[in-house]
Amino acid sequence: MADAHTLTGTGGATAHAHGDYLDDPKGIKSWLTTVDHKRIGIMYLWSITFFMIVGGLFAMLIRIEHLTPAKTIMDAEMYNRVFTLHGAIMVFLVIIPAIPGSLGNFALPLLLGAKDVAFPRINLMSLYLYWIGALMALGTLFMGGVDTGWTFYTPYSTTTGGGVTLMVFAAFVLGFSSIFTGVNFIATVHKLRAPGMGWFEMPLFCWGMYSTALIQILATPVLGITLLLLAMERLFHIGIFDAQLGGDPVLFQHFFWFYSHPAVYIMILPAMAVMSEVIPVFSKKTIFGYKAIAFSSVAIALVGFFVWAHHMFVAGMSVYAGAIFSFLTFFIAIPSAIKVFNWIATMWQGSIELKTPMLYAISFLLLFTIGGLTGMFLASLSTDVHLHDTYFVVAHFHYVMAGSNLIALLAGLHYWWPKMFGRMYDESLGRIGAVLVFIGFNATFLPQFVMGSRGMPRRYFNYLPQFQALHVASTIGAVILAVGLFLTLANLLASFRRPKGMVDNPWGGKTLEWATSSPPTTHNFEGQPVPLHGPYDYRPVPAPIGSEVHTG
Amino acid sequence: MNWLQSFLLPKAAATHASEVDGLFMFIIYLTVFFFFFNGALIFYAAHRWRRRSAGEVTPHTTHNTKLELIWSIIPLMVVMMIFFWGFKGYISAAVAPNDATEIVVTAKKWVWQFEYPDGTRTLNDLHVPLNKPVKLIMHSEDVIHSFFVPTFRLKRDVLPGRYTEIWFTATEPGVQQVFCAEYCGKGHSDMLAKIHVDTDEQYETFLREGDEQVRQMPLKDLGRLVYENKGCATCHSVDGTRGQGPSWKGIFGQVHQGTDGKGHLVDENYIRESILYPQAVVVQGFEPIMPTFQGLLREREILGVIEYIKSLK
Ligand code: HEC
Ligand SMILES: [Cu+2]
Ligand SMILES: [Cu+2]
Repeated sequence: MADAHTLTGTGGATAHAHGDYLDDPKGIKSWLTTVDHKRIGIMYLWSITFFMIVGGLFAMLIRIEHLTPAKTIMDAEMYNRVFTLHGAIMVFLVIIPAIPGSLGNFALPLLLGAKDVAFPRINLMSLYLYWIGALMALGTLFMGGVDTGWTFYTPYSTTTGGGVTLMVFAAFVLGFSSIFTGVNFIATVHKLRAPGMGWFEMPLFCWGMYSTALIQILATPVLGITLLLLAMERLFHIGIFDAQLGGDPVLFQHFFWFYSHPAVYIMILPAMAVMSEVIPVFSKKTIFGYKAIAFSSVAIALVGFFVWAHHMFVAGMSVYAGAIFSFLTFFIAIPSAIKVFNWIATMWQGSIELKTPMLYAISFLLLFTIGGLTGMFLASLSTDVHLHDTYFVVAHFHYVMAGSNLIALLAGLHYWWPKMFGRMYDESLGRIGAVLVFIGFNATFLPQFVMGSRGMPRRYFNYLPQFQALHVASTIGAVILAVGLFLTLANLLASFRRPKGMVDNPWGGKTLEWATSSPPTTHNFEGQPVPLHGPYDYRPVPAPIGSEVHTG
Repeated sequence: MNWLQSFLLPKAAATHASEVDGLFMFIIYLTVFFFFFNGALIFYAAHRWRRRSAGEVTPHTTHNTKLELIWSIIPLMVVMMIFFWGFKGYISAAVAPNDATEIVVTAKKWVWQFEYPDGTRTLNDLHVPLNKPVKLIMHSEDVIHSFFVPTFRLKRDVLPGRYTEIWFTATEPGVQQVFCAEYCGKGHSDMLAKIHVDTDEQYETFLREGDEQVRQMPLKDLGRLVYENKGCATCHSVDGTRGQGPSWKGIFGQVHQGTDGKGHLVDENYIRESILYPQAVVVQGFEPIMPTFQGLLREREILGVIEYIKSLK
């Protein structure tokens, strides 16, 4: 265990002068009115967990329905509502806010040696908007549901019944929640780094959050406007997207993906950010290629804005536009590949400890490799024509969004759990959970790749009998995955039955959050911490901070 | 590795499918290779450098420019190659040859309608000649649909208020499956169609006599179909109301005054003549505006109309 005073200059001592942030002050009201980034992070965490369970139940309904080629437990109209809610909840209420909202809010200020985020009240506002948006989304259930798919393609979405308008406003409100988080993180990284911590002395998690925040504030407004236009068309019949009203349905797809493709990076960059913390700690070795990782995060954030139309290769776009978007999409592959190799190089010659967070990290590396490589089939024009809108796409984006984002969330959660709650979960159950999740995930989605390349279209209630075996395999995988996830949740919750009193730095981390108590006090640190060395310096005698110029 | 290809892809049945399959399999090998390559590195590292004692000292390797260049440039070259390969296939599938048979496809919730150059229409069954280029000109009457033929490796969205086109040359006789690939509501997964790839002979028969369904339909029903689909309904009613043309109700066996001043008995031959040479006899009180349907109706369809008119009492 690295001693606290090797990490920070002043006030590193862990005397518990105040109570920790969880108990001081006590009471529900103190939580609901808190501006403490840690408490907001924890409330985000429980909210996201709740919606992950809801979205997961919808996923199970879908999987059960597909046990037979025709009706199993519900009719087509019900099915369409279920897959729409599964997608909308998982995207807008779970994956987009998951890591920034919970781990980001909790850890970012700690990693920077700050007392809070730059705008604590706006941070609380972001959480409240999340709750309001969530209630609105659930409110659509009482308006006959929504059957548009989470993509809201026009003119279907402007002509169908149900609670589409309310759902659209829900996504609009959730967009603002996301923007507020982004604004906060950007200002925090710019203004609240500990004295002596330059940009390249920041932990890479902060770079990841920073890049994510850039996309959140630049892309989300476009979604907001698009959804408002859609609502106007539904409410006032202003012809923007509907051909019958003189609009252009493909325009909606351009607008929508102009946000939603970058949103893919709102989902993946935070996952990468977690990896860059977990892998060095459990390899006891400095991160390989700090600058390459930092800059590829920013590169992904920026290039990510110029590839949106790769979702529209078969939508009747010109061949040359298709070529340009395909070309640019392939460029995104490079920074992602660089990062993966950097993480593997970080493990190389390390001192690797396969604790639960590290198992999730390895799981991430493998799943992200599959997710990334299968992206090439879809970036390439001629193969995409065959695979577009089939289960191949479904499998691909689950590997990237669930397999990477949620697995990284679990990695980060197991990593920071002792810091968050001052308690430790059961390590062997944690590992069993990680392995089950990995097996279950692959068993669920590998068959879907095969279904897709064989021609099974997505969003199909009935399907041809030839696909049944693969669907059944996928459903069995989903059961394993669900068991793994519930075991993991139970294991984490069971830690609350153990006494508090976790050591401050159980993993021997070198970043500032490990220099304060577990759980931290309300003000994070006693006094202003000053990092004495870089965030990943595992040498017996670390070099003083600022003395090392990173060149790679 | 033919077994892998036939496990992952349905049997190709159009000319440009093999090009797509070549690229697909190339990326499959690449994916499998890099997955096992990365996996092997990770497992090797986790095994070889598993922590054995608490105080192990690790090398402080911050970067390695040469290595990083290698693992940036190699993937870059690979993806550029894939890009050009995919682009080539996409372009060659973009422009239809001039001699392609043009068929108009109309999608609406939740049926596919096909209209052939001679005006023949079919629902959910598309007949195309084997080994000849066919071009589909597609549009939608409501929301967006997508015409997807897995065995042709072909897909294109079908939009309201705009035409999209695809073309193909089918290389395997038999039946191919068509799916709607763009979510379009309740009947989305039932919006299926079949492509019947006919030999020249079969295709000729189809054009002359209609498809299986039409050939087996009772004459009277066929007549009603013609009435509804070939535009007769715009001028003729079947309930006695006068339109631009006389109603068909109860006319069989009547004697009609022609503008030539003679009376004409409405019988089989008269109806036949009215359809093929409408100006030969013009019914009094009507303008000679009926177009000729010579060459547009099949022999059996004319018989169908006659039976249908007979049935309207
Ligand atoms: C543009 C309007 C128009 C269309 C379309 C049209 N008809 Fe006519 N049809 C007429 C008119 C006007 C007459 C009466 C004048 C005439 O005999 O030429 C007529 C007369 C006839 C008659 C003779 C009726 C009688 O009472 O003597 C028959 C039979 C007939 N049409 C069959 C058809 C069939 C079958 C079709 C569809 C394949 C068709 N028509 C389509 C306008 C039309
Ligand atoms: Cu995208
Ligand atoms: Cu459809």
